[in-house]
Amino acid sequence: MIAKRVTFKRTGLPLALLAPQLAVTVVFFLWPTFVALKQSLYSSDAFGLREVFSGLANYRALLLHGNYPATLERSAFFAGSVTAISLVLGLVLAVMADSLGRSGRIWQALLVWPYALAPAVAGVLWAYMFDPAIGPITHALAFIGIDWNHVLNSGQAMTLIVMSAAMKQVAYNFLFYLAALQAIPKSLMEAAALDAAGPVRRLFSLIIPLIAPTTLFLLVVDLTYAFFDTFGLIDSTTYGGPGNSTTIMVYQVYKDGFIDQRFGPAAAQSMMLLLLVGALTMVQFTLVERRIDY
Amino acid sequence: MANIAAPALRRALSNLLLAVAAAVLILPVWFALVASSYNGADFLAGHVGLWFGKHGLATYQAVITGHGIVAMALPNIGRALVTSTIMALLITIGKIAISLPSAFAVTYFRFPLRGFWFALIFVTLLLPIEVRIVPTFQVAANFHMLNSFTGLTLPLIASATATFLFRQTFLSIPEELTEAARLDGASPMRFFIDIIIPMSRTSIAALTVILFIYGWNQYLWPLLVTTKTSWSTIVMVIGRLSQTAAEGDPVWNYTMATALLALVPPVFVVVAMQRLFVRGLTEMEK
Repeated sequence: MIAKRVTFKRTGLPLALLAPQLAVTVVFFLWPTFVALKQSLYSSDAFGLREVFSGLANYRALLLHGNYPATLERSAFFAGSVTAISLVLGLVLAVMADSLGRSGRIWQALLVWPYALAPAVAGVLWAYMFDPAIGPITHALAFIGIDWNHVLNSGQAMTLIVMSAAMKQVAYNFLFYLAALQAIPKSLMEAAALDAAGPVRRLFSLIIPLIAPTTLFLLVVDLTYAFFDTFGLIDSTTYGGPGNSTTIMVYQVYKDGFIDQRFGPAAAQSMMLLLLVGALTMVQFTLVERRIDY
Repeated sequence: MANIAAPALRRALSNLLLAVAAAVLILPVWFALVASSYNGADFLAGHVGLWFGKHGLATYQAVITGHGIVAMALPNIGRALVTSTIMALLITIGKIAISLPSAFAVTYFRFPLRGFWFALIFVTLLLPIEVRIVPTFQVAANFHMLNSFTGLTLPLIASATATFLFRQTFLSIPEELTEAARLDGASPMRFFIDIIIPMSRTSIAALTVILFIYGWNQYLWPLLVTTKTSWSTIVMVIGRLSQTAAEGDPVWNYTMATALLALVPPVFVVVAMQRLFVRGLTEMEK
């Protein structure tokens, strides 16, 4: 691990400096995770009176029976859709803004602000626009013959949460793509233009390969956001419904663990989330290490 | 340069598409603003259009003071705004206050198990609240932290990201400064307070912007750790308001007013401190 060449040789002081951070980490992160791991291996006995060790029964029940496999599939679809939309729109808008040179800068302020929206706020704004009874967009859709009711129609409910979740991430991706595009040497673009490569050709054979590291980074960030940061969004738009059609992993762990107090199954779900966030973080760190090597 | 400058037509098209995107992003806010200017009766009568109504002032007055909307047990939004502000500031200050010393410790000292302690901090990245939702709540409840600022903020202030960022900043500070400080006989803490912290102020400022937004926008944890409506934060009440409105109660005006009040502070911070915000975001990436 990198440190300064010139360092202080003490033991007590650095530990004291680390202590607050470590205390919070152990009490609120490590200990609860250990408890969750333990809870995931226990089940209530037949009378619901005490918890008995049940090995991997909670995991088996989770993955083989019930609605969790569907939740996994749904979460993957949701996260994949949000990520795809955010990457494509973010890139297209950044390419446009970059092609305008200096004057494209003014668009940054007008496109980046949604990053500051809480997912719950973004969710409720869209829920109003598409409200089945009084939403202004719902009225407009009815005018062109589309009957919108995300309270009853599960496909429309999923569409609504994907759109409102993408709003924030489009802004974020735009910002990073714009920075990446501005870092491409102008001589490269000029050379491509001299070779009479049109804008579309330049985009696919020059720009996209050059900004691939940014795309990989954003891919991981977008997926992490969609999987983990969207609880408030679901809780202010569809509440997981209709049925379970918009119940993604973080929403189900809340419903099972907190509302229904089924600790064992909820703890097993927590461990699944841990595996997922672990995998995403590993990928991200591998990418970062690679970038440092450049 | 001239030969790659887009022709006028292409420039116009780019501007047009960017304008459309900007308009689509602002549209939800526009509709919310319009909705908050009507009253419940207007919604029931279907009077809400695309332009402002006459009850804007009344809506915001009712929302902030809590008068006139007792029927739906809406938490006092004025109070929620204060709670959110204090929470966001405490989280921001707390994260910076515990990350600066821990980054200083792992960068400037050689001591036993340094790598291990650093790895422990790193582990927090793997453990978002969703992973440990029920046990973390139990810990907070055991410590009597429900309905308190300690409960709202303390469990959130461990920060691997801030520690990494500060470590990165410290690594770019020239070694000569440390050598000079040691020759002058300055203690490590003097060196930390007089040299390291002042030299990190841009990073601190950039991180403040990002962390304020992070703290303000918390939803799930405040929802768990507050059981009394007097402790509600403005972002966490939105879920309940939205549900009440969607069930057909004519409260979309109050809901939209609350959503707008919840979005103004973080959006203002991003727009007003755009340079710092962009810097903070792109440094967190590293």
